[in-house]
Amino acid sequence: MRFIFKTDYDQDIRLAKHEGARFWYSALVIALLLAPWVLPEYWLAQLTFVLIYSIAGLGLMLLAGFTGLFSLGHAAFLGVGAYTEAVLTNAGIPFPIAIVGAAGLSAAVGWVVGLPALRVRGIYLGMATLAFGFIVEEGLARWESVTGGNSGLQVKPPSVSGWALSTATEFYALCLLITILATLGILNLLRSPTGRAFVAIRDSEVSAQSMGIHLAHYKTLSFALSAALAGIAGALYAHKLQFISPDQFSILQSIDLLLMIVIGGLGSVHGAFLGATFLIAMPQAIAILKDYLPASIGQAPGLQSVIYGAVLVSFVLFEPMGLHGRWLKVRTYLQSFPFYRKGMFKRQKSFQKSDRLR
Amino acid sequence: MSAILSAQKLSVRFGGVLAVKDVSFEVQAGEVFTLIGPNGAGKTTVFNLISRIYNPSSGTIDYTGPTGTLRLTDHAAHEVAALGIARTFQNIELFEFATVLQNLLIGRHTQRRSNLWEDLFFTGRVRTAELEAREKVEEVIEFLELQHYRDTLVAGLPYGVRKVVEMARALCAQPRLILLDEPSSGLNVEETDDMAFWIQDICQELGVTILMVEHDMSLVSKVSDRVLAMNQGEVLALGTSREVQNDPGVIEAYLGSVSDVASLRRPVALTGTGTGAGTGTGTGASR
Amino acid sequence: MIQFFQMTLSGISQGCIYGLIALGFVLIYKATETVSFAQGDLMMMGAFGGLAAMTWLGFPYWLAILSTVAAMGLFGMLLERLVIRPILGQPAFSVVMLTIGIGYVVRGLITMLPNIGTETHVLPVPYKDEIWKMAGLVINVEQVSVIGATAILCLLLFALFRYSKLGVAMQAASQNQLAAYYMGIPVRRLNGIAWGLAAAVAAIAGLLLAPITFVHANMGLIGLKAFPAAVVGGFGSLPGAIVGGLAIGIIESLSGFYLPDGFKDIAAYVVVLLMLVVKPNGLFGEQLRKKV
Repeated sequence: MRFIFKTDYDQDIRLAKHEGARFWYSALVIALLLAPWVLPEYWLAQLTFVLIYSIAGLGLMLLAGFTGLFSLGHAAFLGVGAYTEAVLTNAGIPFPIAIVGAAGLSAAVGWVVGLPALRVRGIYLGMATLAFGFIVEEGLARWESVTGGNSGLQVKPPSVSGWALSTATEFYALCLLITILATLGILNLLRSPTGRAFVAIRDSEVSAQSMGIHLAHYKTLSFALSAALAGIAGALYAHKLQFISPDQFSILQSIDLLLMIVIGGLGSVHGAFLGATFLIAMPQAIAILKDYLPASIGQAPGLQSVIYGAVLVSFVLFEPMGLHGRWLKVRTYLQSFPFYRKGMFKRQKSFQKSDRLR
Repeated sequence: MSAILSAQKLSVRFGGVLAVKDVSFEVQAGEVFTLIGPNGAGKTTVFNLISRIYNPSSGTIDYTGPTGTLRLTDHAAHEVAALGIARTFQNIELFEFATVLQNLLIGRHTQRRSNLWEDLFFTGRVRTAELEAREKVEEVIEFLELQHYRDTLVAGLPYGVRKVVEMARALCAQPRLILLDEPSSGLNVEETDDMAFWIQDICQELGVTILMVEHDMSLVSKVSDRVLAMNQGEVLALGTSREVQNDPGVIEAYLGSVSDVASLRRPVALTGTGTGAGTGTGTGASR
Repeated sequence: MIQFFQMTLSGISQGCIYGLIALGFVLIYKATETVSFAQGDLMMMGAFGGLAAMTWLGFPYWLAILSTVAAMGLFGMLLERLVIRPILGQPAFSVVMLTIGIGYVVRGLITMLPNIGTETHVLPVPYKDEIWKMAGLVINVEQVSVIGATAILCLLLFALFRYSKLGVAMQAASQNQLAAYYMGIPVRRLNGIAWGLAAAVAAIAGLLLAPITFVHANMGLIGLKAFPAAVVGGFGSLPGAIVGGLAIGIIESLSGFYLPDGFKDIAAYVVVLLMLVVKPNGLFGEQLRKKV
């Protein structure tokens, strides 16, 4: 059993709540730093993808998990970031400026997309973001002079003060650095008044207003920040693939992002990382699984779709708190052994109430 | 004593219904002012007008802050807290998936001094502000005896505790005027007594003006300086608690007129010690 | 001018398909206040079901239609029983993700069918390729059948919700499930009926659409265009769903003809955004406000 004996307020504000947490997270960071020398190139590339998707996941988690605004077209911001980065880098602009440009333009688009949020809620907001997603995707495809349209765009490697980061290890290090900065940024936000304002908006808009939280300001801010993170992720994505086309930022990509945060665990920072790991690991797992299945099932084109759908359905039905929730349950079991009670995390039977009157 | 809040001829119409009709009253600084009336009288609507959640169809509200008097009806809902007005809600509006501590810290939102970028980097200034906020919140926790529930998610708390947390959250904003909407509804006798003490403490020790809506007449008599009775959106009577409870119009609104009651009266066996008819101390709406 | 009418007609017919799928959404929304992203894929399944009935089982046309619709209705009820019922009461977003998952599974399973899933098929309907010539217009009977069937279905459903106890009970259950339980409304059975009805409507949409677009596994993506239709009409309104669908269909058709390339694909979404700005609750939606 772990009891955290608190002696000063700082302990509640600190990021690492106790010695154990500090140890394990440091160990994780060190392991990630050593990865290029330990992992074969293929797995390093996959790990890079995990980091990139984690950044996008952090953005969507901030918007959907912490502010309660659901965006069904988030891939659009990914696309805006990717194309901005591609265009700027191809024009010779160094990476630090290009990525700021990508993040900034995505944030601006995010801000615009957030404007409907001020008037509509719930499913209507989802529809508005879905609509924006389609429009941006189409826009990227039509604006051929800049984006190359449907035939796609080659992307040069990122360059920092003349030095091009073209090897896998260098790029991985860049992604790791940006991921750590993004995570720290989000964690800082969440322990500060801004983050609490987001949570307030999620739980009760009326009383948030009565506490002095300006809804319009914070909602559009949440969209902008979320889009900026997605833009950064998109920029890194563009460099990783070295070739981008509009169909990579379609509704299917948006659904993948949502899948990621739902399976990871809505409302937790860990969830973004767990979800990203899951998203990248799934195709690998399916590929391995195919060898064990009879040819008629294993080679069928729809298999991936079925497995994705089945996993999503299972998680929503049986593990609504996602992978993070499952981890919390396991950890509680281990910590309170042998006093763990089966009903500890039991969901209350809930009855549906009208969302329109929430 | 000067007026901290002054409503002049407030009216609000929802569709065809005139929920509040020409309501005018003044709340003096440092007093406990209570709105009473049967359900549907428009009391919470008046609160929502003051909080600027609703817009009045006509009439104005003036508020006297430290910088002078301003027209409250010109301000938006999110500006009200910064002016020093906090409120609680009739059907608890807490942040369900946050802990009590986080709820109270959110209550201090108007006291924040850092902007987005400082928050992102969690500068020393933000850290100092956070520690200070925590200290202030702890004072409120101690005042209202919420130490046990500090780290509990609101979603798991019993109703009585939630009511107290709502009040605590309103206090954390360091308001000059606090609007309490039915503070004792759902509380048992003991909890209501505690509530009476807290209201008196808030008023006398912290110097906060209290404007409240209440149904429990014993609580009203115990704590209020002045009472305003409303019925069907209109003002019925204004005065001390005793005066209002004896006002014939108020009695009629709560108990009905003699002719109404006569038809409901059932024959009761006389016990010989006198008739059972109550005297005019008005028990008001029974709980 | 003739072109305008021609385009409008095809827009109306396309709009009816959107409207039918949107009708399915609204049905489920009215009964359970959840949004189902699986309607498009259920439509596709209905089309494949009809194909199986007509070619593999060799049923005559009307028998095939009825059996497919009935089968899909049962499937919808089964789906509700197994998958949706356990999670009602969870946040709306979770339910949406669940229905997306269902859509993926249905699409995947159909695609996995050896030889059938990956091919495009023709649905052998009796009125295939028939054309009427009227006042200079070339009218596709397939399009007319869509319009006609939609009109009839609308009237039936409208009567159901307005006049029957079942309809009122469904609406009650969607607004406050606990209170509905207290009032003795068989909430779970109603939810099953609502989902069954929605699946049946989706099947009808699929069978009507199949002669026009052919039967293939990606038919369901049209479902995404039906969302704008439901939003434009107002999510809680059955006539709104159809009106919204028609509006989207006509605007799409006309913009495909009069506006430059690419506008046709996004016309629906631009309309949605305009609608949300101008009239957020849709044309027929209700304006509800929480009382604090």
